[in-house]
Amino acid sequence: MDMPAPNPAILARKPRIVERLRAVLPQDAVIDDPAETRAYECDALSAYRCAPLAAVLPRSTAEVAAALRICHEEGVPVVPRGSGTSLAGGALPTADAVILGTSRLNRVLEVDYPNRFIRVEAGRTNLSVTGAVEADGFFYAPDPSSQLACAIAGNIAMNSGGAHCLKYGVTTNNLLGVTMVLMDGTVVEVGGAHLDAPGLDFLGVICGSEGQLGVVTEATLRILPKPEGARPVLMGFASNEVAGACVSDIIKAGVLPVAIEFMDRPCIRATEDFAHAGYPDCEALLIVEVEGSPAEIDEQLGVILQIARRHDPVELRESRSEDEAKKIWLGRKSAFGAMGQINDYMCLDGTIPVSSLPFVLRRIGEMSRAFGLDVGNVFHAGDGNMHPLILYNANKPGDLEKCEAFGAEILKLCVEVGGCLTGEHGVGIEKRDLMGVQFAPADLEAQMRVKDVFDPKWLLNPAKVFPLDATAARRAG
Amino acid sequence: MKPQDEAELAEAIRGAAGPLQVQGGGTRAVGRPVTGDRLDTTGLAGITLYEPGALTLVARAGTPLAEVEAALAAEGQRLAFEPPDWRGLLGTAGESTIGGVVAANASGPRRLVAGACRDALIGVRFVDGTGAVVKNGGRVMKNVTGYDLVKLMAGSWGTLGVLSELSFKVLPVPETAASVLLPGIGVADGVAAMAAAMGSPFEVSGAAWGPEGVALRLEGFAASVAYRVGRLCALLQGFGPVAVEEGAGATARRWAAVRDVADLAGRAGDLWRVAVKPSDAPGVVARIAGEVRLDWAGGLIWALVPEGTDLRAALAPLAGHATLMRAAPATRGRIAPFPPEPTPLAAIAAGLRARFDPRGILNPGLMG
Repeated sequence: MDMPAPNPAILARKPRIVERLRAVLPQDAVIDDPAETRAYECDALSAYRCAPLAAVLPRSTAEVAAALRICHEEGVPVVPRGSGTSLAGGALPTADAVILGTSRLNRVLEVDYPNRFIRVEAGRTNLSVTGAVEADGFFYAPDPSSQLACAIAGNIAMNSGGAHCLKYGVTTNNLLGVTMVLMDGTVVEVGGAHLDAPGLDFLGVICGSEGQLGVVTEATLRILPKPEGARPVLMGFASNEVAGACVSDIIKAGVLPVAIEFMDRPCIRATEDFAHAGYPDCEALLIVEVEGSPAEIDEQLGVILQIARRHDPVELRESRSEDEAKKIWLGRKSAFGAMGQINDYMCLDGTIPVSSLPFVLRRIGEMSRAFGLDVGNVFHAGDGNMHPLILYNANKPGDLEKCEAFGAEILKLCVEVGGCLTGEHGVGIEKRDLMGVQFAPADLEAQMRVKDVFDPKWLLNPAKVFPLDATAARRAG
Repeated sequence: MKPQDEAELAEAIRGAAGPLQVQGGGTRAVGRPVTGDRLDTTGLAGITLYEPGALTLVARAGTPLAEVEAALAAEGQRLAFEPPDWRGLLGTAGESTIGGVVAANASGPRRLVAGACRDALIGVRFVDGTGAVVKNGGRVMKNVTGYDLVKLMAGSWGTLGVLSELSFKVLPVPETAASVLLPGIGVADGVAAMAAAMGSPFEVSGAAWGPEGVALRLEGFAASVAYRVGRLCALLQGFGPVAVEEGAGATARRWAAVRDVADLAGRAGDLWRVAVKPSDAPGVVARIAGEVRLDWAGGLIWALVPEGTDLRAALAPLAGHATLMRAAPATRGRIAPFPPEPTPLAAIAAGLRARFDPRGILNPGLMG
C-alpha cells in the first residue's frame, strides 16, 4: 500500500507550524517530540506505520477549530483520529501530516430520556455511551466489536456496524446530528434532536466519509430502551449451503432476530481449541439471537427452531440460563482472538447478497488452497457482512504480500456477486486501490466532488478512500 | 420528454437546452414552482430484482409505488418506512412513483423507529446534470465503500441528479397489529404519554396525537402483541382512560390515515410540516393559530393555518424546522417553502449543486 511522499516544504517548516499550534492550544495538547509522536504512527492496521509531523489533542470544538485554521493556512494535511482502532488504516498518518486526536473530547453533554437521545463529545468511546444511560434502562445500538476502545468520532467516520445491525441498523441510522469543524475552521451544526431536516442530507454523507469532510466534535445519538431480555440459540449444520438456506428461510418467515452469526469449520475448530465453548464438530454453525419478554422469546425461537429442524441440523442448542447463553456467545466472541493465537491474520469485511453465501464460501476455500494460506470465516449472516480471517506469518518474507493478494481476490469476488468491498470497516488505505473494482470513474468522480466542496484544498485525510492516481491532481492543489 | 431507459435519460439531460422540471407521478408537488421542460421519469419502470430471503428489492425509479408494494405484499414483506400517499393532502392526482418517494424522502409514522426512506435505501443509480450516469451503494444492506451518496440523493428533490434505479432493504410484515388509545387526552399530556410509551421496551411502532387523543401502534406475532398491549395499558394508566383497538384491518386503516394526514386533506388553508424535539411540541403547538396533528411522538407537527400565514416567521426562533407543504403558487413564491439554511451549510449546498448540476438545469430553485 503506497502513501504519498511527504511534502519537504512542510517538513522544513515543522518548527514554525508547531509553534503556531502551541500559541493557540494548551501546552500539553501539542506533541512534536519524535519519541512521543510514534504513539500515533499506526492504527489497528499495524502493518503500516509512519510517525506524523505532530499530534494535537484538543479539549473543545473551539480548540479543534483553532488547530484546523492554522493547518489550513499552512497547507498541512490533517489526519483525524478517534481511538486508532481502524482495521483499514483510516488513521494512518504521513510524515507531513498533523494527527488530530479526539481522545480528550470525551464528555457527556446532555442525556434526554423523554426524547431518547444523548449528546456527547465525539472522542467518547462507544461502550461508554451505553454506560452513561444503561442504569436508566437505555442503550446505544451500534456495537462494533472494538466497542470498549473505539470512539464515536471513528464510528461516525467509518459508519461502523456491529453484530446487532440486522434489527437496529448501523451508525448512520442512529446518528441524529453532529457539530463538525470544516478544514478552514468553520464550525457547522448539522441535524439535531429533531428528525429529517429538509435540505440536502449532509448528515448522511458526513457519516462514513472517513474523516475527509470535517472533524466531528460532538454527536447527538439515538438511544433506545433496553429490551426485556435476549436469548441465543446455537445450530450446527452439515454444510455451508444448508446453513445459508436456513438463514434465508428464517428471514423469509417474518422473524427478525437481532443477530445471526455464522462460523465455518476452520473458525469453529480454532475457537474450540482456544475458548473451549463446547461447539459441535460440524461444517457450519449459526448463532441466532432474539429479544423480548420471556414469552416472546419462546415464541420467536419456536419459529426459528422449527425452520432449523427442516434443515437436518447436526445440533440444536437452546440456552436455559444466562450462563448457557454466555457459553453460546463465548466462542463467537473469542473467534478473532482464537485465530490470532494460531498466527497473524488479516480480517476482511466485504458484504455479499445472502443468497450467494454458499458459492462465495466455496470459492474462498478454493482460493485458500491455491494461495496456500488458511482462512476462517465468521460473519454477520443476516446482512451478508463477511469477515474472512486470512492467516499468515508476518515474519515470513512475502507472506503479507501473498495475504494481501488473497484478500484482494476475495473482495473482488464479493463485488462480482453483487456485494461490496467493505461492510463496516471502511476503505482507508486497505481497500483504496480496489475502489476501481466496484466503481466506475464517474462514480468515484461524483464522490470526490463532495470532498471538493467540503475541503477544497484536499487537506483532510487526503490519501485515503480514493486511489492515489485518481486524487493526485486534487491533492497537489 | 419521457425517456424509456437510463441511456435515454442521460441523453435527454445531456441534450437539454434549458431548465428541466423533473417529475415522477407528480403527486408530491412541494417547493418553489419550477418552470422548464417536463422530464417525465415514468418510462423507467419495473422491478429489476427482488430477493425476499435477502430482504432486498431493486426497482427503476419510475415504477409505481403501488406496484412495489404489491410485489412485497405477495411475499409478506413491506417498505418499513411506510411511504405516505400525499395526493389527498396536497390536492394532487396521478400515481406515486418509487423515485418520487425517494426524491422527497417521504416517510410515515414508522419513521420514528424503523428510520426514514433514506435509511431503507441501500443503493441508487442516477444521472447528474452533465448527463453522467452515477451509481452509489448497491444491493447489500451493510456497505461503507466510499461516500454515502445514497442518503444525499434521498430528499434532494431531483436537484442533484435524476434517479434511475433504487435498491431497498425491506422487512417482513408482522403477523398482526393493534392500537392502544388514550381518547381525548390533551396535547401536553399526550406528548408525555407518547414519551413514556416510546421509552418502554414494548416496541411501539407508531405514536400520534390529534384532537381525538393519542394512538400507539404495536406490531408483531399475535401473542407478543397481546402481551405488549397489556403491559403498555398498565404503563399508561396514570394518563386517564385507555382503550384498545385490535385487528390488523382496523389498525391498518387507522395508521394509513395518520400516515396520509387524512384529517387535514381537502381542507382550505395552507399546510405546514414542522419538525421539533418531541417534548417541545406542546409549546410550539400553543403558538400555532390553526389545526394541528402530531406524529413521531410529537416530533412531527402538521399544521393547517389560514392562507398566506408565514408560520416559520411566527414560530421563530424555532429549535427545529418548518416546511411549507401546500399553498398557492404566489405564497410559495413569497415564503420559501424549504427553511433557509445557515450560511456555511447554504454555501455547501450551493457548491454541491454547482458540481452535480453545473448548468443549474435540474429542478432549479425548487429547494430555494
